[in-house]
Amino acid sequence: MKIKLALSSMAAGIVFSIAAPASAQQLTLPEQELETIEQEGDGTTVTVTAESWQDLGIAIASFATNEDVPTPANAQGTRALGHELSRIVYNDLRNNGLFRPVGPDSLPRPDYSQVSDPAWNIWRGRSAEMLVQGYVRPNSDGRLTVGCYLYDVVLEEQLVREGWIVQPAEWRRAAHKCADLVYSRLSGESPFFDSRIAYIAETGPKDNRTKRLAIMDSDGANHRFITNGRSTALTPRYSPDYSKIAYLSYLDGNPRIYVYDVDSGQQTLVTQSSNPTFAPRWSPDGRYILYSMAVSGNTDIYRVPASGGTPVRLTNTPGIDVGGSYSPDGRYIVFESDRSGSQQIYVMEADGSNQRRITFFGGRAGTPEWSPRGDQIAFTHIVGDFRIAVMDTNGRNMRHLTDAWHDEAPTWAPNGRIVQFFRTQRGSGETSIWQVDLTGENERRLNTPVGASDPAWGPVLP
Amino acid sequence: MPRKVVILAATSVLALAACSKKPPEELPPAPVQTPAPAPTAAPAPAPTPTPTGPVAGSQAHFSQVMAGRDVIFFDTDKFDIDSEDAAALRSQAEYLLQYGRATATIEGHADERGTRDYNLALGERRANAAKNYLVSLGVSENRLRTVSYGEERPAATGSNESAWARNRRAVTVLID
Repeated sequence: MKIKLALSSMAAGIVFSIAAPASAQQLTLPEQELETIEQEGDGTTVTVTAESWQDLGIAIASFATNEDVPTPANAQGTRALGHELSRIVYNDLRNNGLFRPVGPDSLPRPDYSQVSDPAWNIWRGRSAEMLVQGYVRPNSDGRLTVGCYLYDVVLEEQLVREGWIVQPAEWRRAAHKCADLVYSRLSGESPFFDSRIAYIAETGPKDNRTKRLAIMDSDGANHRFITNGRSTALTPRYSPDYSKIAYLSYLDGNPRIYVYDVDSGQQTLVTQSSNPTFAPRWSPDGRYILYSMAVSGNTDIYRVPASGGTPVRLTNTPGIDVGGSYSPDGRYIVFESDRSGSQQIYVMEADGSNQRRITFFGGRAGTPEWSPRGDQIAFTHIVGDFRIAVMDTNGRNMRHLTDAWHDEAPTWAPNGRIVQFFRTQRGSGETSIWQVDLTGENERRLNTPVGASDPAWGPVLP
Repeated sequence: MPRKVVILAATSVLALAACSKKPPEELPPAPVQTPAPAPTAAPAPAPTPTPTGPVAGSQAHFSQVMAGRDVIFFDTDKFDIDSEDAAALRSQAEYLLQYGRATATIEGHADERGTRDYNLALGERRANAAKNYLVSLGVSENRLRTVSYGEERPAATGSNESAWARNRRAVTVLID
């Protein structure tokens, strides 16, 4: 479906409001038709002007403002805020190895009037085929309207634009939405920047490590410690709606899964049992939690309604059955078991039936996580060293994505295009969070205030 | 005497494989029923309780008397009790039977060369293997609790085979 529409003013359509903190209201504006871009029904962009979208040069100019006024989002006012917004867009793309972005600090600064009417002669000949411009506009109610425009410099045409109204405290989300818009439009992939990560912050010596539950935005900003570190916290998982975090804590001296409510700060045990519980995982619809529980030393996988209720035991073997990750449609669960003698990966139906091993390529294989796209399973492959790998859901076409001494516990970006994991240094045991794309070529360390492990990505925010 | 055969095999494998501390042995060894001493009426004096030393039946005392036998070790990904472990557990059981009021936590641990969730399960398995052996020697089950620390509390901090061997362990700790 293509919509042709002439737009005279940028203000025309960009009036959306973001009321609830959790949801950014978004305005999808109709766009001008373009010869070289074909938008198909499934959202896949087939043709772009560069040979591949990774090669596209993108100039990201400082966002303009209609009036430079004070805002809680930036001590220096809305003009400085506009510059920061564009820097976030630039850093999102650059840090993830996407495109060939050029940032606002080395580019001319467009006027507010030029945001919807680029000065093409300035942008031509800068080896950037694409141009991102935007603006920030203060509203009378204290909120901010942020507009984001993507242009094809060669064609001198607008490709897409969107606007969002955000609370000042959530201003960074508008920039992530803009980065998502640019990334999605040019790559054909689903967005992922406007999302959060739960992980474990580590400090202290190896034999007396303090481990705290912490959360942050996908770019490491808005970092917050949730637990105080007096009891060891491990393996968090965000609920699909971000309202809760299931994680393991030694709060009462024993390893137990707690479900922490982000808004209220209250937490409850995942199940009333004196047995140790660990490895929590949410179902894609958020209605169930999988957990592993050891009874008399034997660990099996259970499922319990997230709202509480009677647990159902899904595995029943003398071996260690642990973990578990749902397929996106909720029909299958991939998990690990050493029932064959060593850690290997198995798939079962969501009710526990039809359990079958899928890994037969040598070494040990653990911590499987089903891609949100459904087509791949990421896992830890142990052959001497610990490496992050992906495979088809039938266990075929295994590929290593990393090669270090100890990489462990992959989880997926919301769009299934990037795998996040943690890396442990030999000797010191220092940990850090890393991300790698599915080619294995673009690997980067995430900035965290202290050591970091057990990362888990949540979905794209509404 | 199948037991002797196993121990012999153990020795030869140990000599061959330097990196593998102990070969696997048969699982729950037939326990030798130790005659239970008089329950708790009159706690007999400890083997050599020095007047200034730790109180008999306390963790400090237990640790002193055990002199290292409060810890047993495992091979990679294994949780079976071998002859060396069995000897240590017999010492623990004797102590626990002598001090009938003492209760203990058995901590199960794993080395860093495993995945976190699996190591938690493995530590639980090891702690339970030790507990089951103590129970088989006559220690009442309700005096023993288990906890797995997975790879979270290493005793040795190196990243080498000897450190990992020291960390694959089950430690019995009296609850004071």
